[in-house]
Amino acid sequence: MRNGRAFWLFVGPFAAGLLVFVYVPIGWSLLLSFFDARNTVTPTEFVGLRNYADMLTDGPFLSSLGTFSVFAAFIVPLTFVLALALALLVSQISFMQAFFRSVFFLPTACSYVVASLVWKLSIFNGLRSGLANTVLGWFGADPVAWTVSTSPPWYWLVLVTLRLWLQLGFYMILFIAGLQRIPAVLYEAAALDGARSWQAFRFVTLPQLRTTSVAVLLLLLIGAYQAFDEFYNVLGTDRGYPPFARPPLIYLYYTALGSGGQDFGHGSAGAVILTLLIVGVTLLQGRAVRR
Amino acid sequence: MKALRYLALSIAAVLFLVPFYLVVRNGLVAESEISAPSWTFLPSAVRWENFGELFGNPAVPLVRSMVNSLVVAVLQTAGQLLLCSLAGYGLARIPYRYANVVFYFVVATLMIPAAVTFVPTFVVVSTLGWVSDLRGLVIPGLFSGFTAFLFRQYFLNFPRELEEAARIDGLGHWGTFWRVVVPNSRGFFAALGVIAFVTSWNQFLWPLVIAQDQDSWTVQVALSTFLTAQSINVHELFLAAAVSITPLVIVFVAMQRWLVRGVTETGIKG
Repeated sequence: MRNGRAFWLFVGPFAAGLLVFVYVPIGWSLLLSFFDARNTVTPTEFVGLRNYADMLTDGPFLSSLGTFSVFAAFIVPLTFVLALALALLVSQISFMQAFFRSVFFLPTACSYVVASLVWKLSIFNGLRSGLANTVLGWFGADPVAWTVSTSPPWYWLVLVTLRLWLQLGFYMILFIAGLQRIPAVLYEAAALDGARSWQAFRFVTLPQLRTTSVAVLLLLLIGAYQAFDEFYNVLGTDRGYPPFARPPLIYLYYTALGSGGQDFGHGSAGAVILTLLIVGVTLLQGRAVRR
Repeated sequence: MKALRYLALSIAAVLFLVPFYLVVRNGLVAESEISAPSWTFLPSAVRWENFGELFGNPAVPLVRSMVNSLVVAVLQTAGQLLLCSLAGYGLARIPYRYANVVFYFVVATLMIPAAVTFVPTFVVVSTLGWVSDLRGLVIPGLFSGFTAFLFRQYFLNFPRELEEAARIDGLGHWGTFWRVVVPNSRGFFAALGVIAFVTSWNQFLWPLVIAQDQDSWTVQVALSTFLTAQSINVHELFLAAAVSITPLVIVFVAMQRWLVRGVTETGIKG
């Protein structure tokens, strides 16, 4: 069959890679998750569902899901609202529009590692002379030890503002693209009906942005779920990672690859649970969109 | 109202630019000024000799790690575009009995973010003996189901007349793809290519896991190691960070059009 050969010529190399680097790892992990596998990636002793039972009754793993929930509760709505606000502001001006759009988008060029450096050692370095503490000082407030203070947990402010700075521009671009797809006729009709600007926003802009909004919310949620870089770099020190504020991937990283011994059995069980959770959310979202 | 908008935008713009300024400022001052008792926006003196100090410090493998990052980003961008565009074209345009099965095989991976499966991938890659190896850094990131999917959607809307003209000239699928489809899709390739490059340059978790020897560190791993251990002077760390962003700032300025298109393509259409 000639088409078969042509098809595999195009798709074959990619499909083979997907098999080896996505399907085989997941399959292998599924296998490992039923075994005891310490400091080795070959299954040693069959333990049935014990790794899963350990993970689901294990305080640290469950509290990592709690940490993710707290982080998501802050970062998802804040990014959504502020990115939409920036998009509206930028698309309502004409003079210097490209300049403002570029400025807000520029942090996308920055890695989480570099942003963590600025946040941890410059803005929120906890010294009296740190930028954030200097600003607090203007209002007569005492300096705060941002990244190491747990009551109240000021480190959340550090982590949330960092991610906001890095990702707002990206989502602003998505909202701008969504706004541009709204037909001008709709606004003209609304104006004819005597709609005020907030009414136009409420009854034209928001409903027309529905597809964009759902996509943005899902991307934000998945992004928060995978949070690792800024947690690792802002809170990690040469003495290791503190026992608090461990989102799922940080927890998995230290379980499977940490200095305390590599535990691939529990690490794999954790990866399987996280994968099932995210697949579940994606499927639910798919259903919500199709409706 | 208009003035208010500009006021809000200007305040926001300043807030967005301050972190960039801090990277450069802290990189070009004396160490004593970073821990000075009170903070000043403008440093009292700019020390250009910090550059010589940084590049002359044998304890900081900045050049080596930048070269590693560049090699990884270039190979990943080129490899991902090649493999995923071929796959996307095959799925979009070559009728085949099992094409649907293969398509579901690809789409199923879209639901699983690569970062969530870093432990499983590490298990396989370490079995292959690719730890601290260029192959381990580059190859697992080449097979993006998402990029292949985006290429398929794009090729589904590619004008068929162009392909039919090529067919009449006697070109097969392979010749049509390389002589007609690719040259007419440069914008799309550029858009996805810029995104792949930026993502690869900035990625951290996978290089952290796989690049365990100092010689294989990417620039993000190098910066992170010195940041968490705080084993070098803070101003050197900031200057190294400034140097590490420079390639991307150039990409951003030179390719912004494609970048914006890439963001909208990858963000929404998926």
